[in-house]
Amino acid sequence: MSRYVGQPVRRKEDPRLLTGSGRYVGDVRLGGLLHAAIFRSPLPHARIVRVDGSRARALPGVIAVFAPGDLGEVAPIPTTLAPRPALKACFQPPMPRDRVRYVGEPLAVVVATDRYVAEDALELIDAELESLPVVADARRGLAPEAPILHEALGTNLADRIVMSRGDVERALREAPRRIRGAFAVQRHTGVPMEGRGLLAAFDRGTGVLTVWGPTKMVHRNRSILADLLGYPEHLIRFIETDVGGGFGLRGEFYPEDFLIPWAAMRLPAPVRWLEDRREHFLATNHSRQQWHEVEMGVAPDGAILAFTDQALVDMGAYVRPNGFVAPDRTAAFLPGPYRIEHYAFEIACVFSNKTPVGSYRGPGRVESTFVRERLIDLVARELGLDPVDVRRRNFIEAGAMPYAVGTTAHGRPVVYDSGDYRAAFEAALRELDLEAARKRQAEARRQGRYLGIGFACVVDSSGVGPWESARVVVDRTGQVVVYSGTAGLGQGIETTLAQVCADALGARLEDVTVVHGDTGLIPFGIGSFGSRAAVVGGSAVFEAARKVREKAVRIAARLLEADPGDLVLEDGRVTVRGVPDRALTLRDLARAALPGQPLPAGMEPGLEATHYFHITDVTYPYGMDAALVEVDPETGMVRVLKYVIVADVGRMINPLIVDGQMVGGMVQGLGAALLEELAYDEGGQLLTTTFMDYLLPTAAELPAEVVVRVTEAAPSPGNPLGVKGAGEGGIIAVPAAVANAVEDALAPFGVTVTALPLSPDRVLGLVRASRR
Amino acid sequence: MTERTIRLSVNGREYERRVAVRWTLADFLRDELGLTGTHLGCEHGVCGACTVVMNGAAVRSCLLLAVQAQGAEIRTVEGLADGDTLHPLQEAFWEHHGLQCGFCTPGILMSFACFLEEHPAPSDAEIREALAGNLCRCTGYVNIERAVRAAVTKLAGGRAGAGPTGA
Repeated sequence: MSRYVGQPVRRKEDPRLLTGSGRYVGDVRLGGLLHAAIFRSPLPHARIVRVDGSRARALPGVIAVFAPGDLGEVAPIPTTLAPRPALKACFQPPMPRDRVRYVGEPLAVVVATDRYVAEDALELIDAELESLPVVADARRGLAPEAPILHEALGTNLADRIVMSRGDVERALREAPRRIRGAFAVQRHTGVPMEGRGLLAAFDRGTGVLTVWGPTKMVHRNRSILADLLGYPEHLIRFIETDVGGGFGLRGEFYPEDFLIPWAAMRLPAPVRWLEDRREHFLATNHSRQQWHEVEMGVAPDGAILAFTDQALVDMGAYVRPNGFVAPDRTAAFLPGPYRIEHYAFEIACVFSNKTPVGSYRGPGRVESTFVRERLIDLVARELGLDPVDVRRRNFIEAGAMPYAVGTTAHGRPVVYDSGDYRAAFEAALRELDLEAARKRQAEARRQGRYLGIGFACVVDSSGVGPWESARVVVDRTGQVVVYSGTAGLGQGIETTLAQVCADALGARLEDVTVVHGDTGLIPFGIGSFGSRAAVVGGSAVFEAARKVREKAVRIAARLLEADPGDLVLEDGRVTVRGVPDRALTLRDLARAALPGQPLPAGMEPGLEATHYFHITDVTYPYGMDAALVEVDPETGMVRVLKYVIVADVGRMINPLIVDGQMVGGMVQGLGAALLEELAYDEGGQLLTTTFMDYLLPTAAELPAEVVVRVTEAAPSPGNPLGVKGAGEGGIIAVPAAVANAVEDALAPFGVTVTALPLSPDRVLGLVRASRR
Repeated sequence: MTERTIRLSVNGREYERRVAVRWTLADFLRDELGLTGTHLGCEHGVCGACTVVMNGAAVRSCLLLAVQAQGAEIRTVEGLADGDTLHPLQEAFWEHHGLQCGFCTPGILMSFACFLEEHPAPSDAEIREALAGNLCRCTGYVNIERAVRAAVTKLAGGRAGAGPTGA
């Protein structure tokens, strides 16, 4: 039954992508296509006096200019997770009417016959803006003199997230040792290689509005658009395209997701907007920026007795649809893989005049892991213990599963479902060859070189519900089509879902095609985020394919005059056990199931079935990382010599794809650890708007040696495939493991790593400060 | 807007077109010739997604104007396969999972199609250095390096079998 699941099969997506035949939103061809460009606020905080497009409108080639006043009354963009109703006042409007709150906020849309002309016209927009004082640093956002971004809320405090267990004050008071730390994670984000883009076409005759481009959760985006436009949902069709990376930020509902379709309904021809790189840095969700003040109460042997955290998260200027996801998950996952009976976490979410934040791969887990794993290294240092032993001392044991952490994520209790953290950690130590690494470190130090070893341990979460859809159809030609409510973000679901279907149905993999992301073909779907596509979408495909299999066997039993129990369905053929020459193909059975054909009593026509797979709780993958780095104290340069990931994602559908997710996540994490930062000046201007200022990892930054070992020790008990999500785990531990290794390397200087990225200037700063 | 007529060869086919002098080569290939396999990731010459081969050299088509390609021979990702037969680089990227979202892939393929003609037997360090000129946000590069090494082996085998037709 498991012919394809578990196999490293080549991806079905690849032939088109390798030959230049992919269809990204910029590649869609429509006659008479118009091109949009967006005028964005140059100021971080200002009163809008006037936005005048008349000079721009007069430029030959310009078709239309839409300024804030042209939109009429439009509701702000709703969110998936808003802790309290008052925050509605802080949702982002598609275009602001009175006030701009960050550099890059849309103030006008220009539509022209080509993009060059549209961009020329941007320079002819006359915007009169009256500058206001700014909150350029969220840490000063709660000061009494700070300007208030949203007067209707009356404060820059969006929310305070509190989670606790036990009696932390008492546990701290009674703890033999108390160790404090302060850590910061920098503002950075996913930065996919393709910017966002939208193409919208309005058919005046039928009233159908078609939207290409947004990819992640097209059904939800369609609902939001229908509500904001006040337009019937059935007349709006979203069609997903190939996309150049998702990472959590693509496919959220942004202002442009309203502005471009809205404009299309008022234009004589389809219109496309393609975000350029500078716009991307200004307009697309930022993420991650947090400051933490933490304390642990510990026993002399390193046992964690109490853990407190007072944190502050920079929300940017508005509450965007998933702006609260990262702070919520930060608190939820602060305890990580350790048994901690007493803790109290408080996270203040504060507005600033910067690009609003949203989710980026591993939201909340990356940040909380950095803080916790750094603090554990400080504990080890203060107690004179080996950081390896402090971790060993505190792991939740495999026998304690399911384990209730006591925190909540999105309002649901966090209960780890399965896992053997200790075994995975020991495996990571073996893969690193800890003894050899420490010998190498000692040897290097004798030569005046600084090597360091760092660890980080993570519990990830995946498979967000509450459901996903799948419809499996065998057509007249015997081809199998899977219609899935998930989205393709480059992760390979056209292959993994086909593997699941082929096995569960008994079809040949080459006969299975996966269709996703078209609201015209798929009535209900949720999408791809939170590492959910394989878990929830895969389970839906599995169940739908099983229903089709059952149907096929019942029809075949009737035609072959055999008992269904004697029939075998594999490779797209039904045979009678022991009589291989009596066979029917899926093609035969699909034809026999067409409407009008005689069917077994009570069976609906069509060799097809739909399944909605419901799931209440997420499932928890985990990973143990180890890094060996070399730091040059003269230049501040950090080189990763060896990086080890031991991860468990339950059962794997496609090991090739899982490995790719792990390595890709790891290198993205190296960017966060060493290079990437969205830097603002004191006036609220973003300084990093090109790839010359915002550095992504290149092949030159790769570790000399990369070891990825994915175990399948702890299948998920919550779904029929036993899978856990693999999309985010690779990135989560990396900033923590690298930071711990850098601090270990610089131990002779006595430095403490408190902030990211560990760029040469920051590392040099640490070394210099220690020498003073 | 000032226009010029340019003549050039793309993937072995001759074209003559009027083009605005400020149009980039990338936009010309994509919008005028419909060759949308060449992608734009930054439009300032860093990411390499728009790399094409012009007169035997890998170039960033976002940094060139279309009029600079007057008389040039250009090869894009659409011209890499031989009909239905994938180029060994394409085959190796497929086999070794050297791509995920595929957006940067055409530029990387064209960079290496050019590089391997000049360096038919590159060392691992040379492959890494060559790859460092292109950005990829999905794969973490490791499988791309694997794929390039596999393609090198395959190309060397092909050359040995087909006689002295290599670089």
